[in-house]
Amino acid sequence: MSSPLLAIEGLNVSFETRKGLVRATRDVTWSMGREKIAIVGESGSGKSMSARAMLGLIQPPGRVEARRLEFDGIDLRGLRPKDWLAIRGRRISMVMQDPRYSLNPVMTVGRQIAEAYVIHHGATAAEARRRSLEMLSAVHIRDPERVFGAYPHEISGGMGQRVMIAMMLIPEPELLIADEPTSALDVTVQNQVLAIIDEMVTRRGMGLVFISHDLGLVSSFCDRVLIMYAGRVVEECAARDLHKASHPYTRGLLACQPRLGETTAELATLNRQAEWAR
Amino acid sequence: MITVDRLSVRFGSALAVREASFEVAKGESFGLVGESGSGKSTILRALTGLVDIAGGTMILDGEALGTKRSRRFHRVVQMVFQDPYGSLHPRHTIDRILSEPCAIHGLDRPEQRVLGALDDVGLGPSFRFRYPHQLSGGQRQRVAIARAIIAEPQILLLDEPTSALDVSIQAEVLNLLARLRRQRGLTYILVSHNLAVVAHMCERLAVMNRGEIVEQLTAADLHRREAGTEYTRLLMRASEGYDPALASL
Amino acid sequence: MTVKAWLLADTPRSRTQARLGQAYLGLAALVSNPLAVIGLIIIGLLVVVAVLAPSIATHDPYLQNLALRLKPPSAEFWLGTDALGRDIWSRIVYGSRLTLTIVCLVAVIVGPLGLAIGVIAGYAGGVTDRVLMRITDIFMAFPRLILALAFAAALGAGIENAVIAIAITAWPPYARLARAETLTRKGSDFIAAIRLQGASPLRVLIGHITPLCVSSVVVRLTLDMAGIILIAAGLGFLGLGARPPSPEWGAMVASGRDYLIDQWWVATMPGIAIFVVSLGFNLLGDGLRDVLDPKMR
Repeated sequence: MSSPLLAIEGLNVSFETRKGLVRATRDVTWSMGREKIAIVGESGSGKSMSARAMLGLIQPPGRVEARRLEFDGIDLRGLRPKDWLAIRGRRISMVMQDPRYSLNPVMTVGRQIAEAYVIHHGATAAEARRRSLEMLSAVHIRDPERVFGAYPHEISGGMGQRVMIAMMLIPEPELLIADEPTSALDVTVQNQVLAIIDEMVTRRGMGLVFISHDLGLVSSFCDRVLIMYAGRVVEECAARDLHKASHPYTRGLLACQPRLGETTAELATLNRQAEWAR
Repeated sequence: MITVDRLSVRFGSALAVREASFEVAKGESFGLVGESGSGKSTILRALTGLVDIAGGTMILDGEALGTKRSRRFHRVVQMVFQDPYGSLHPRHTIDRILSEPCAIHGLDRPEQRVLGALDDVGLGPSFRFRYPHQLSGGQRQRVAIARAIIAEPQILLLDEPTSALDVSIQAEVLNLLARLRRQRGLTYILVSHNLAVVAHMCERLAVMNRGEIVEQLTAADLHRREAGTEYTRLLMRASEGYDPALASL
Repeated sequence: MTVKAWLLADTPRSRTQARLGQAYLGLAALVSNPLAVIGLIIIGLLVVVAVLAPSIATHDPYLQNLALRLKPPSAEFWLGTDALGRDIWSRIVYGSRLTLTIVCLVAVIVGPLGLAIGVIAGYAGGVTDRVLMRITDIFMAFPRLILALAFAAALGAGIENAVIAIAITAWPPYARLARAETLTRKGSDFIAAIRLQGASPLRVLIGHITPLCVSSVVVRLTLDMAGIILIAAGLGFLGLGARPPSPEWGAMVASGRDYLIDQWWVATMPGIAIFVVSLGFNLLGDGLRDVLDPKMR
């Protein structure tokens, strides 16, 4: 394998709070090529924090330390704000959980997408508009002209998430970070949005970091899965082998979900062991 | 015990619920499944009188429910909300939150009841004087359940009680709800978008889409994947995980 | 077991203990904010001075002595004397009673009035809301000082009338604040939850909605105190507040304006008193904002 697209070694994100130092991630190490990798964990496991650290989005008092933090051979540690501009949004993009909060409510959808294009490519307004409409059709929006002129509150959640994806993909990034991109959506819409992400990632040969709490979803959608617990990566395995996972935490997570076709009087519960966090 | 007959609820010009009918027997657990905007939560809110209805009737224990709910109604029917962060008063201690129902209904031995309810939901007395913001999501939901059961109701309306929780916490809360129902012979109406949760918790369920009940089936049907309508089958497949074949539907 | 350990016990054994523990935490939060402590000390001193005025004052504040008029600060007259030969220090000390009276009366009228109107309007909605808010708007539309002037002129000069005039013009912002707060809380699940417990509207209003509005009203009130003192001083300055010879600080500044260049202390000393007390309330208000929210602890 040539040099990885993203390589992380010994990543520690910590926050100084009044109650002492909180360590959001501890010694996180992994790397990826142009593949679909999932980071799974419960709330507070540090899965979002590790993604934010990759984008340099941890604000003081948060501290980021790593032995290695590389994107395509570029050392991301101590990058100046100016250098981040060339990477964030352009080569690495991020899709957040709820489109309602990540779109500007007083600007039309079209203007926001076109702006993303103009910023990154310095194109004319007409060119940006043409590309934006193309992009909206690429994310399977049937009536791109109407959506282009709509305000965020006039479109549905699923539509909004497609718009976000269009906006994030227009600079043609090499890596897409998706932080629970479908958690706010209905299951039927979720499938459509995932199919679009899948298509874009596969067709353009991008890397995808998919952050989720849903084991069933990532095992069917991603190539590889990292399971995080209390800031640590406790297990890493191929997505299709997730049901064969060996770590008791992963096994516990799999066991405690109710499933169709399995009738039990009582659901298994997770018996948290102190040594998992150590 | 509860009969809902051709219930309609209107929000502005749109019908949020259109002629929904179902019956829930005493001691039964009934599920309402659907996606957001399908009207499932609206039915619960209509039952409790939080929203006005546009048509149809709701009957509880042989008595038709009007626009006002009596104090007795609130002793019989209680509700647990989806968002454990929003359903507890931010400036009240757990003690105060649990004491309110006792004060409202003039129950005897309020102090013992508060301690008993905390114990019932698996929280110790150490939680009594904490504030909601000092608790985790799962603990808050346990407090909300304690508040719902403290006045010993017969019916619990559960509005997505675990969808804001992590799966491991969800399992604990669902087990708690199942145990309370067993011990107290409670009747549940559980609203959820999660088919597996409803199949696990309920004996019968209704599937809703765009304000209408598209079909009613038993949990056993669901476990055997025997659904009568295309929509239920779609919902079932979509909830299994990512399936590219479904995206084009 | 020390008192502190008892107060901060993880599992208080009674409601009283829990409440005292919360009060202790609140006090600790206030004390840990140095600016708030300064504010608290200033207000505390004001109260002490007002209560102990007869023993703190060095002279009779009303005693005129034209032979000693406009004396600069000295060992005899710490802050000098005014145009009638009265000791300015003693007058400021006695004036603190007037200031405190005005502040307390206005707070007692404005806070509950604004809170009640705002909360009722917000919770009831509909016609009640519209009527109450239009009334609020009418009072809000008047320029504050002018309305107070008109009231003071119509009712006659005097400290009670000044208080009424200030209170009448000061409550509308509180009503709006309380209403806005009520509207944001009204739709929340915890209000729906208590209604489903069978609580009466009155119980919801008093026990559940009002406590959420109180802290913002108290903070705003504390921050507004400075303005109220200044308006009271302004009314005094214009001759519509406390009547001479009472040692009201605003009136004292007014009486000193003729001598501002040569006998600067006559106007400046009471001016400094107004400034310091206003500052004290402002600092305290900022500190209270943190203390009144249990989440901040």
